[in-house]
Amino acid sequence: MSLEKSELGRRELGSLGLAAAALVGLSATQLVSKRVRAANTPSGEPIKVGILHSLSGTMAISETTLKDVMLMLIEEQNKKGGLLGRPLQPVVVDPASNWPLFAEKARQLLAQEKCAAVFGCWTSVSRKSVLPVFEELNGILLYPVQYEGQECSRNVFYTGAAPNQQAIPAVDYLMAQEGVKRWVLAGTDYVYPRTTNQILEAYLKSKGVAASDLMINYTPFGHSDWQNIVSQIKSFGSAGKKTAVVSTINGDANVPFYKELGNQGIKATDIPVIAFSVGEEELAGIDTKPLVGHLAAWNYFMSVDTPENKVFIQKWHNFIKNPKRVTNDPMEAHYIGFNMWVKAVEKAGTIDHDAVIDAMIGVAVPNLSGGYSAMMPNHHITKPVLIGEIQEDGQFNIVWQTPGLVVAQEWSPYVAETKDLIGDWRAPLSCGSFNVKTGKCGGTVSAMK
Amino acid sequence: MPSCFRIRAWRVFRTPVHGRSFCIAFFALALLFVSALRGEAETSSADLYSALASHDYENMRKAVEKLAASDDPRAVPILSALQAGRLFADTDGELFIRNPDGSLEGAVSGQRIAGELGKNLREIRINNTIRRALEGALGRLRLFAPDPNVRAAAANAIFQTRDESALIPLERALARERVAKVRRAMQEAKAALLLFSPGTPPKTKLEAIALLRNRGDQEVAALLSELNGQPPEVMAAAKDAVVAIERQQQIWNFLQIIFYGFSLGSILLLAATGLAITFGVMGVINMAHGEMVMLGAYTTFVVQQATLRFAPEWLPASPILALPFAFLVTGLLGVLIERGLIRFLYGRPLETLLATWGLSLVLQQAVRTLFGASNREVMTPSWMSGAVPLGAMTITANRLTIIAFSVVVFGSLILLLRTTFFGLQMRAVTQNRAMAAAMGIRTPRVDALTFGLGSAVAGLAGVALSQIDNVSPNLGQNYIIDSFMVVVFGGVGNLWGTALGALTLGIVNKFLEPVAGAVLGKIVVLCLLIVFIQRRPRGLFPLKGRAAEA
Repeated sequence: MSLEKSELGRRELGSLGLAAAALVGLSATQLVSKRVRAANTPSGEPIKVGILHSLSGTMAISETTLKDVMLMLIEEQNKKGGLLGRPLQPVVVDPASNWPLFAEKARQLLAQEKCAAVFGCWTSVSRKSVLPVFEELNGILLYPVQYEGQECSRNVFYTGAAPNQQAIPAVDYLMAQEGVKRWVLAGTDYVYPRTTNQILEAYLKSKGVAASDLMINYTPFGHSDWQNIVSQIKSFGSAGKKTAVVSTINGDANVPFYKELGNQGIKATDIPVIAFSVGEEELAGIDTKPLVGHLAAWNYFMSVDTPENKVFIQKWHNFIKNPKRVTNDPMEAHYIGFNMWVKAVEKAGTIDHDAVIDAMIGVAVPNLSGGYSAMMPNHHITKPVLIGEIQEDGQFNIVWQTPGLVVAQEWSPYVAETKDLIGDWRAPLSCGSFNVKTGKCGGTVSAMK
Repeated sequence: MPSCFRIRAWRVFRTPVHGRSFCIAFFALALLFVSALRGEAETSSADLYSALASHDYENMRKAVEKLAASDDPRAVPILSALQAGRLFADTDGELFIRNPDGSLEGAVSGQRIAGELGKNLREIRINNTIRRALEGALGRLRLFAPDPNVRAAAANAIFQTRDESALIPLERALARERVAKVRRAMQEAKAALLLFSPGTPPKTKLEAIALLRNRGDQEVAALLSELNGQPPEVMAAAKDAVVAIERQQQIWNFLQIIFYGFSLGSILLLAATGLAITFGVMGVINMAHGEMVMLGAYTTFVVQQATLRFAPEWLPASPILALPFAFLVTGLLGVLIERGLIRFLYGRPLETLLATWGLSLVLQQAVRTLFGASNREVMTPSWMSGAVPLGAMTITANRLTIIAFSVVVFGSLILLLRTTFFGLQMRAVTQNRAMAAAMGIRTPRVDALTFGLGSAVAGLAGVALSQIDNVSPNLGQNYIIDSFMVVVFGGVGNLWGTALGALTLGIVNKFLEPVAGAVLGKIVVLCLLIVFIQRRPRGLFPLKGRAAEA
């Protein structure tokens, strides 16, 4: 007994020493708190964290990675001593890229498993499907993907980009830096591309682009025969004005699209394509040589050169045990979202949903591009916007970056129905769609579906 | 030189007595000035190099343009290296060029560097603006390159950028050019430059328009419609040319869409041929057919990885190497499925449908577990990428290869069925099982082999599809509906019907797409098909005779 005790003591001492050595240079208070944490292994009833990402079906390609990154973050938090002294327990469910199943699984996570927070969804249609469940059961959803905006729910925290944090700066970049005058808006046929293109169309027209200089094209999910559309783009682009393609093409339909561009000899110097849904993960299944110079707009690239990012990539490679795996923007969004939630729970001192929802606003955590992202009253976060060009190695070369952080506009000022709306979930107002003209609150759910 | 100065000094001071001393003084001053200038030129050359290594793209662009305009002998190698991503800078901003063989040379000195230096070198990355500046700058410099293709490309670049400063080098290049193709490209570029230069007489402009009209592509039409503020006869000629070109373009467009239709048709045919055997000939509703295609694609991936590891020099041939493997893997699996599952379900189509659908889910998840959910990259060999221009059409190499491949597969299958003993047995069994059995044919064996053959052909389709679509666990799902559509449309049990059905659907689809959009186009095709099946329930070529009634 005594032997065990002394051994435990020695181990404790050793870990203390290590912690102290590692934390030289940090302030004393931090040191103390770390010491306490390192000494305490989490105990008590675990806090459940729901992970609602498709592990099968058409979205599995993108969402499986997000499940893995969440498991990594939770494991890491548990090593740091858990949360409120209690261990975190991931609850993974598979909604199988089936939108109604998302709602069922969300109900299971909230009603049955009583998850303190749920991290999940990728496509907007899946988010729209779970939204009523989260509002009915007062859950917390952290949604990590760039999306079309026009939504501001009390129960959702949007850690991905709103259109003004991705689409609009991207278009501005092309106008200013590449002198683009003619635009092709190509997208997959569902809610995100249609809403984004609606916003972009209004924005471009407000900037004096004529309707004849706009071509809008939609294709189904998983479209693979791009011959016609690419040759249409080619002839649209040979009218003498500088032309660019703004692509909201989603999922793996991008691969044959870029292949066809390469085969038909459309180079980035002739007609650049800027994509909002193509990241490192999507480029992993494709030969990027013909694509060099095509662009993407995100809030994070794996090539971001900061110490935080290096650490994150290292941790990811260690966790997934494959040094070739890439990191991408939605992974960073989960990283930020998870840390925000942890901080908010610590601030609130409880996992009670209402308390945490209130505590989330104003929380700021480091992002991976060298700054701090803060949760704003509209439940969206501040982000830098980066424009990257595809390189031969499948990574992005960052060619432009907003000087500071951009605050999300959840309701687009370029769309007539939503230009007067704001979202503010702080105490006196507490409304997701407050009309500043009429002074009335329009409810919590999206105004346009 | 001194004499000229002396004269100047004379003129200025008009005093012959002091002339000489003034001249000397002036000469000294001038010398100083010149040397200062040269010094400045040298520093600015060094400045240009360091600007290339800077992170500011605007500075880089300016440096590129200045370097190209300078007569620095190192400009061409440095700019070419920058364009190819082979220019590196060390931490002090000194430039290095990495040669294709991996060796390093000092960018400014041009001298090879022995040994390894490579660690703290940073590749200089460029963006589209600089890429364009480089294309223009190198275009002018490359007009004199030894390779005629490079010269033609340079002339084309000038045609597109219409950079007037290129006119003089262009004329010089034209004077010594001997290759007809390059000459034409240069003449066209020159015509484009002259057309937009304000000093050109109308007669030359008319000649330029006539020359460009012969080239007759979209770019010329765009160029000519941009023309304005010209004499009326020039404007009329330009308008005329645009109309003529556009009429020509319409014909080419029509042909291009026919090609696209053939291409889509060939893919549908490849995907559906296997099904035409299992469903059409045997009558088995095989929902796992798409997964056979998917497995064929994954086999290609595995074969390619193996080639990459064991025999990299064979990499360009890897899709061909994959064919026998895909045939065997999916064929054997097909036999296995028939023996293990389907033979218990003959004559029970609903149960077959459910069982094979379940099997398709199992296979998908198995592949997902084995290879991961992410897409796998199957490299396209260089002989299958790019395009061949045919008139104003672009014939992409991968599509052309697949069209040829589908014809070969289909032809071999027809030959197999018509001329071999196995084909005879197969037809006998499918037409009248009882009679075939009475004649001593081992029907279970024939069933297994037939199903195996159908699956193997699906595997071959997978090899082809891996070149144009994503190799993902969902690959098959995208083709199963189309395949059934083709087989039903063509007439169940008739291979020729399948071929004609695939081509018809492909071409109709491609003609509808530009009008109705990809989504609506597909819906319209589906509706048309439903109407067609209502009118002719047995498809284009129904089977006749007793077998059809059975």
